[in-house]
Amino acid sequence: MQLLEFARGPALTLALTILFAGSAWRLYGIFRLRSKPDYSEPRSSALWAGRVRGIVSRMWPYREFRSSTTLATTNGYVYHVGLAVIVFAYLPHIHFVERLTGLHWPPLPEPVIYVTTALTIVSLLIALLYRLTDPVLKLLSNFDDYFSWLVVMLPLLSGMMAIEHPFLSGVPWPPPSLPMLVAIHLLSVELLLIWLPFGKLAHFFLVFVSRGTTGAAMTRRGAQP
Amino acid sequence: MTDVNVKHPLQLDTPRFSIKKPEVRRDIQGDLPGAERVQSAMENFIQDFSRPVATYMESCIHCGQCAQACHFYVSTNDPKYTPIWKLEPFKQAYKREAGPFAALFKAFNLKSKITLAELEEWQELIYDSCTMCGRCTMICPMGIDIASLVGLARHAMFHAGLVPHELWAVAERAEREGSPLGATPKVLKERIEWLTDEYDIEIPLDKAAADIVVTLSSIEIMKYPKSLVAVAKVMKALGANWTLRSDGYEATNFGMLSGNAQWQKDLTMKIIKAAIACGAQTVVMPECGHAYGAMRWQGANMYGAPLPFKVFHISEFLAESVTSGKLKLKPLAKSVTFHDPCQISRRGGATEAPRTVLQALGVDLREPESAGNLNWCCGGGGGVVTIHRADPLRYKAFEIKMRQIDATGAEMAVTSCANCRQSFDDGKVHFQWSNTIGSLLELVADNIE
Repeated sequence: MQLLEFARGPALTLALTILFAGSAWRLYGIFRLRSKPDYSEPRSSALWAGRVRGIVSRMWPYREFRSSTTLATTNGYVYHVGLAVIVFAYLPHIHFVERLTGLHWPPLPEPVIYVTTALTIVSLLIALLYRLTDPVLKLLSNFDDYFSWLVVMLPLLSGMMAIEHPFLSGVPWPPPSLPMLVAIHLLSVELLLIWLPFGKLAHFFLVFVSRGTTGAAMTRRGAQP
Repeated sequence: MTDVNVKHPLQLDTPRFSIKKPEVRRDIQGDLPGAERVQSAMENFIQDFSRPVATYMESCIHCGQCAQACHFYVSTNDPKYTPIWKLEPFKQAYKREAGPFAALFKAFNLKSKITLAELEEWQELIYDSCTMCGRCTMICPMGIDIASLVGLARHAMFHAGLVPHELWAVAERAEREGSPLGATPKVLKERIEWLTDEYDIEIPLDKAAADIVVTLSSIEIMKYPKSLVAVAKVMKALGANWTLRSDGYEATNFGMLSGNAQWQKDLTMKIIKAAIACGAQTVVMPECGHAYGAMRWQGANMYGAPLPFKVFHISEFLAESVTSGKLKLKPLAKSVTFHDPCQISRRGGATEAPRTVLQALGVDLREPESAGNLNWCCGGGGGVVTIHRADPLRYKAFEIKMRQIDATGAEMAVTSCANCRQSFDDGKVHFQWSNTIGSLLELVADNIE
């Protein structure tokens, strides 16, 4: 029980502190730098609209690129959506968030979560296989790519191992009969939270900054954002 | 430079397609020791770090999709031509020297120091195999503007003295003589005299006061002089008060392409000063992609304030003239396809202008697959066409272009960039291609009512 208490208590606090402080520091590292003034006459001054267009328009590749990118993009969507469903629609996770914040919402049925988890794991395995075999990805990949993959995969695997019995809505959360597995699951999530600000997983928030930057720049020129 | 000049003669006055395949090499300028070259590269690169650069440097997720947008990768399948890989040493330098976690990277040597050998190796990737066409920017799911980063990386490479020799030489010649191809004011004057006689058209030079200053690409002056006649015909039809200025006519900017920001500024300022001197309200940029970007989007930043005149690419100027009804064109019963110059369409935002002009000509416009903002580059932009050792790679990329144009089945292909035309003409001779590309401006001039 001691490990579970540690995972639910100080380890979680530490992980969340590092997550928020690290993310803030990474963003500060970008925003502390100045943007050089641009004196050129803009074609459009609707730069915020351009940022939004930049963010939205890159959610799916342009038609001209689809023949080469559809598979990778679809697979990316599967594990991104899968992770979101698992994190936000599984009853024990909602209970967890409720304990921390007081917020709660209705869960998805457990079978949906299990199928989603299986799909997400398969999708992540495909992503890894692709990274290990595609010559371009092999060349580009470094420690960050593989470690980030690992810290995303670990909570999925440890979470699957920690499942004991159905969780019913409205029924009080029973204490886990296998606290060690729950503790390991929590610690694996905390590892993910700790790593997130430092590596490529920070695209979680950088995607908005980066797409928005180009969206605004291209809109200023009257070009496609 | 003497040894290099002897070993690799520049052949600047020789037609491009007659130059034989050169040996593979890495070029170096000046006598700086290696460590100082690396130091200079890093200092210059760090100088260019701004908020957008840091954003992009932090954001790559190594998805590799940019490879699929790059004509050099697609035509070779060589992973080293993956656009973001071309920036690897600079990403490494950023993480180690300037990123938010630089202290950690440095303390634990998580990112090693850049070496001269790496920079030399990357010379080919930064210059020979990137036209800064920005197609990779369009595919990047993170929206990283790789083309702009390559432009900045070239600053560092220039200051390290690691520029492909021909590109360095044309940039230096442009700074020294005012033109990369020897189109000096004297040559320009002679050309104008000849064209005035030959085509019986007035081409005003150095008027003290004019509403419009027209600029030229030295490729037009030396290789496609009919462009000067075409612009004179258009201006005559419009009844415009215009002039060429011998103190500011050269629109190409090899300072920018080679990576020397000071030379870029010097070349830009000539035009700005000339336009101000004659009180012009409008500066028309010629059929040249990078020249448009250099003045329209970077000119004011070189000047340090908003420009006191409007800048138009010639295709925008023509589009505005036909839309306003000032320029009337005869219908042309032909099928035409248009090659979008990257710096004017995708990077410049003037994609619609040539289409407006072609519509006014009443042609049957046949867009190639992947046209407009997603068009494939001709392979010769960004100074690549000047680099002889890049020819084999450029030809491979050009094969995409030929297939694209041929597939339209159009009777005629036109573009609005003399540098693209030069790449097309060179590719045409190399592949004995049956198709050819013309100038949008000349097409318009030949069909004025």
